[in-house]
Amino acid sequence: MSTFEPVLLANIGKEKSFTREVYESAGGYTALRKVLKEMQPADVIEVVKDSKLRGRGGAGFPCGLKWTFLPKDHPGPIYFCLNADESEPGTFNNRILMEDDPHQVLEGLIISCFATRATTAYIYLRVEYPLCFERLQAAIDECYEAGYLGQKILGKDFSLDIYLHSGAAAYICGEETGLIESLEGKRAWPRIKPPFPAIEGVFRKPTVVNNVETVACVPHIINRGVPWFLSIGVPADPDNPRDAGSYGPKLYCLSGHVNKPGCYEAPLGITTRQLIDDFGGGVWKGRKAKAAIPGGISMGLLTEEEFDLPLDFAGPGKADCLGLGTAAVVVLDETVSMIDFLHNSCRFFDHESCGQCTPCREGTAWSVQMLERIRAGKGRLKDLELLLEIGDTIGIIPGTTICGLSDGAAWPIKNAIRKFRSEFEEYIKRTNATGYMETEPVEALPIAAHGH
Amino acid sequence: MSTANRVLTDEMIAKIRAYFPRYPNKQAVTVPALHVVNNALRYVPPEAVVEIAELLELAPAEVQDALSFYGYFKQDKPHGRTRAWVCRSISCALRGGEEVLEHMCTKLGVRPGETTPDERVTVEFAECLGACEYAPCMLAGRELHKDLTVEKADAFLESLE
Ligand SMILES: Cc1cc2nc3c(=O)[nH]c(=O)nc-3n(C[C@H](O)[C@H](O)[C@H](O)COP(=O)(O)O)c2cc1C
Ligand code: SF4
Ligand code: FES
Repeated sequence: MSTFEPVLLANIGKEKSFTREVYESAGGYTALRKVLKEMQPADVIEVVKDSKLRGRGGAGFPCGLKWTFLPKDHPGPIYFCLNADESEPGTFNNRILMEDDPHQVLEGLIISCFATRATTAYIYLRVEYPLCFERLQAAIDECYEAGYLGQKILGKDFSLDIYLHSGAAAYICGEETGLIESLEGKRAWPRIKPPFPAIEGVFRKPTVVNNVETVACVPHIINRGVPWFLSIGVPADPDNPRDAGSYGPKLYCLSGHVNKPGCYEAPLGITTRQLIDDFGGGVWKGRKAKAAIPGGISMGLLTEEEFDLPLDFAGPGKADCLGLGTAAVVVLDETVSMIDFLHNSCRFFDHESCGQCTPCREGTAWSVQMLERIRAGKGRLKDLELLLEIGDTIGIIPGTTICGLSDGAAWPIKNAIRKFRSEFEEYIKRTNATGYMETEPVEALPIAAHGH
Repeated sequence: MSTANRVLTDEMIAKIRAYFPRYPNKQAVTVPALHVVNNALRYVPPEAVVEIAELLELAPAEVQDALSFYGYFKQDKPHGRTRAWVCRSISCALRGGEEVLEHMCTKLGVRPGETTPDERVTVEFAECLGACEYAPCMLAGRELHKDLTVEKADAFLESLE
């Protein structure tokens, strides 16, 4: 840990870190120059593949491998969609990169487009990030002036345009095919896969979708080399053929009940406890932690006893969480009611479900109604079984829905109830002393009117 | 269509057209166009849907379908001169975000999503604003209000024009 040198956040904190001048004074755009001078697209893909860089957007899919799925010798156009919709509760690392070091993101994006032969890139940016929009647009303008964008970039036979595209406050636009539909001007209903975007994506053309932090890693891999990247993180488990290893630096977002919330760069595999103690200044108010979200709310919950698991791509799964997700850690102190936590989670997914799959639309809606009823003192022990039934049956993992939003809805339900069952039972018995054993159907309370 | 009773001004139309070269078809300009109109009028009335459809060579139903999916755009009447998004998601809720939202709504006599009668402000709940290190937080116009308290929320409401 002590020898670890942050690279993704290295410029952040400098005055005017968002300008080309400051970025270049720290060696910015040397990777792009090197790539255009010395490498062919296939070479870049090879390097990224060798680095074992895995996507930082949530699923951890190997980046170089995804790029090889593009059809060979396609006449074009090939599109690149940079996923800057960042809406997973607890997550803000992309925002920091785009606000304070937009050129790092653009350099990564330009190299990634060269590698994948994309000639147009759209940055799908959530509308709640006005400062990112301003900084990215200014940085894009600077790139055109410098000859890093446009026709014949740095004199090479490579042309690229980058456009910013604002979202409209819908979490589902972060799901890659929801993003594509939204970019096409439609409701953001995720598509059934296959075909995968690499074969048929936006405007029915081959399309690459990558996260902001994923592409930001690329210039560093070019500059520092594959062995450097592989020297950071957690190697693949030789006994587990499905573990592709977790290499490289990672931005961890820390929030909730800690003294110093923030975005911290660490080698993949740091533990929740290290994050809280070494970076977060401990749990706030001198309290103890009760649980933590390991990687955005979709991933579920770690109990305090599980805080020593590594936060790499394989770690959270060992505690029955969905995965590392966005590596956004949200700490819950000992005073937090798990009923309130789960209500907050279910309400989020109910609000954000796009509604096209019945298990997701109905499951998320019923779960929040049941939690509202429990909180209103009308809960029954049977409701825990009903909630778990929803949790176990919605999602692409059980195979009932089109996209992973519903897996994200399911995991907090399953983890909260299975890991904190006695708390739920005690709450229900205490608040509904006469009816908690009731098993007849009970009417849902009318849900509070939504704002929109 | 006669220009006399158009909802879209020449300026809005020019802004929308400026997006055309960026995409291989006009339908992709739907959400940008909705932003142009919503920014100018603070909502997207039904007449604007028809006019956008005409510009983008779509059926009005296609534009309406997209419009109604994105709750961000107002359809019935304009949102307030300021639109204040108070985050209610987990990191903010753990630090009192919901209490601030409730306080603002009670004080103004509105529910989330509603506008004060003088059109000064629309209070909205937001799902994670991506600024959880400043929880609880609120995005009002372009400005992020960090580490909100009831007192800060009161001062913000006082400052509104
Ligand atoms: C409901 C849902 C929301 C998502 N939101 C985002 C997001 O905001 N940003 C992101 O990069 N990926 C998001 N993803 C993951 C994307 O579908 C996709 O896997 C990712 O953008 C690929 O980029 P990567 O390989 O570089 O990680 C989301 C997935 C789901 C199921
Ligand atoms: S799982 Fe949910 S969010 Fe995803 S496509 Fe189906 S209904 Fe929409
Ligand atoms: S939870 Fe409020 S900004 Fe993320």
